[in-house]
Amino acid sequence: MLTIAGLSRKQRERFFLGGKRLPSKHCLGLAALSAKEINEILENAVPMKQVISRDIKKVPALRGKTVVVLFYEPSTRTRVSFELAAKHLSADTVNVSASTSSVVKGESLVDTARTIKALGADLVVLRHPSAGAPHLLARLIDVPVINAGDGMHEHPTQALLDIFTLRERKGTLKGLKVVIIGDILHSRVARSNIWGLTKLGADVHLVAPPTLLPAGIERAGVTVHHRPEEALVDSDVVMVLRLQRERQRQGLIPGVREYARMYGLNAARLALARPDAVVMHPGPINRGVEIADDVADGSRAVITEQVTNGVAVRMSVLYLLTLGRGA
Amino acid sequence: MNFRVKAIILDRDGIRRALTRIAHEIIERNKGVDNAVLIGIRRRGVPLALRLAEKIKQIEGCTVPVGFLDITLYRDDLTQLGYHAKLSRTEVPFPVTDRTVILVDDVLYTGRTVRAAMDAIMDLGRPKAIQLASLVDRGHRELPIRADYVGKNVPTSSREIISVQVEEIDGQDQVLILEKTE
Repeated sequence: MLTIAGLSRKQRERFFLGGKRLPSKHCLGLAALSAKEINEILENAVPMKQVISRDIKKVPALRGKTVVVLFYEPSTRTRVSFELAAKHLSADTVNVSASTSSVVKGESLVDTARTIKALGADLVVLRHPSAGAPHLLARLIDVPVINAGDGMHEHPTQALLDIFTLRERKGTLKGLKVVIIGDILHSRVARSNIWGLTKLGADVHLVAPPTLLPAGIERAGVTVHHRPEEALVDSDVVMVLRLQRERQRQGLIPGVREYARMYGLNAARLALARPDAVVMHPGPINRGVEIADDVADGSRAVITEQVTNGVAVRMSVLYLLTLGRGA
Repeated sequence: MNFRVKAIILDRDGIRRALTRIAHEIIERNKGVDNAVLIGIRRRGVPLALRLAEKIKQIEGCTVPVGFLDITLYRDDLTQLGYHAKLSRTEVPFPVTDRTVILVDDVLYTGRTVRAAMDAIMDLGRPKAIQLASLVDRGHRELPIRADYVGKNVPTSSREIISVQVEEIDGQDQVLILEKTE
């Protein structure tokens, strides 16, 4: 059985570098991507967005390619988004959903990798509850792997679509004050966004109760606040994260209602931000908890745009990885 | 690999005269340009389409809509390239349905680019007709495609390369025939 512990030191280094030596083969996380590579993905997403805004939302670019969408965690929007992205590019898609309860992690991933190999897949999209699972899969098979969320680690395509949406709205990321509010500790969306936004020159501020912040996160080049009021002043972007209700049972917050009162984004708090500030949320939304109804449905929310842009950005990633690079 | 300039096929005036003639032919063949649109294939079809529109305006006094097409996603060799081709934007800000679309490109060679461009146009709408204007036709077709308007027919061998240079992209206007030297 292949486990992380069973790898040689050299293999382990390579593993934890997140594919740094093969920068273009996989899309595992934004930590391993350079600003140049991120921009390349975003540039190619622009024509992809044109394709999906036409009547005929299909181009023949990936005809004859097979994309396996492998989800070990429940998800609707990310899975559907990847599936649509592949279909708009004329690839064939196969959905595999595995229930977490019946899965013995390392072993089953190895078996699955063998199956995927045998099926002749040209690319695999993987969501897995364990951090590093896509990196392991990338080592086991010789086709590109896209991380669609691994544990509390990274969710690169979500951050890429957030950044794409910001670029459309604001032109450039340089100097933008971006405030991320919510459960940073458990959020792979926050982690990927912190990597991506700081690489592109945004000024990133985090707001969360101390129990929902990872220790030492300041070293990532971000400013940490515990009260939203002090962070929101003059912000250009407010990114709200979903509060997972089970966090209360773990004793990390006193109550959902108290969290909503202290950290929920309402109209009064949003008034502290710049008049042209936009509000983002990766979904699904807990209305009345982390975001008030009137803000989620208000004119400054770009939440539905994020969903549309997600398809375009994923098309770009599929295109770049499937057709290979660097000749 | 090195290249040697074998001949200059068209100079600045040659290109200008060829485009002027093509503009006249487009107007004559379509009995005016009321229903016509010009779509340049990226990259060098773009400035050529703009110049044709300018000439048609001088002759007929009416403005023909001009669009630009990136055909990368429609290429038949996309999965064999071994590298990814950078995508550009397609800018066709008008409906093509029931219009006469005149595709503009610099060189007509195998015909595969034109095949891709026709598929791309069809995905934008259902034109009444598609016509093709090419500054140079060098032969060696691999598909049953021909141009409706040709600036210059140039018989070539497959060892030779046609280099179309336009001022907007290359800083000067000329068409060269290059030969590979080992």
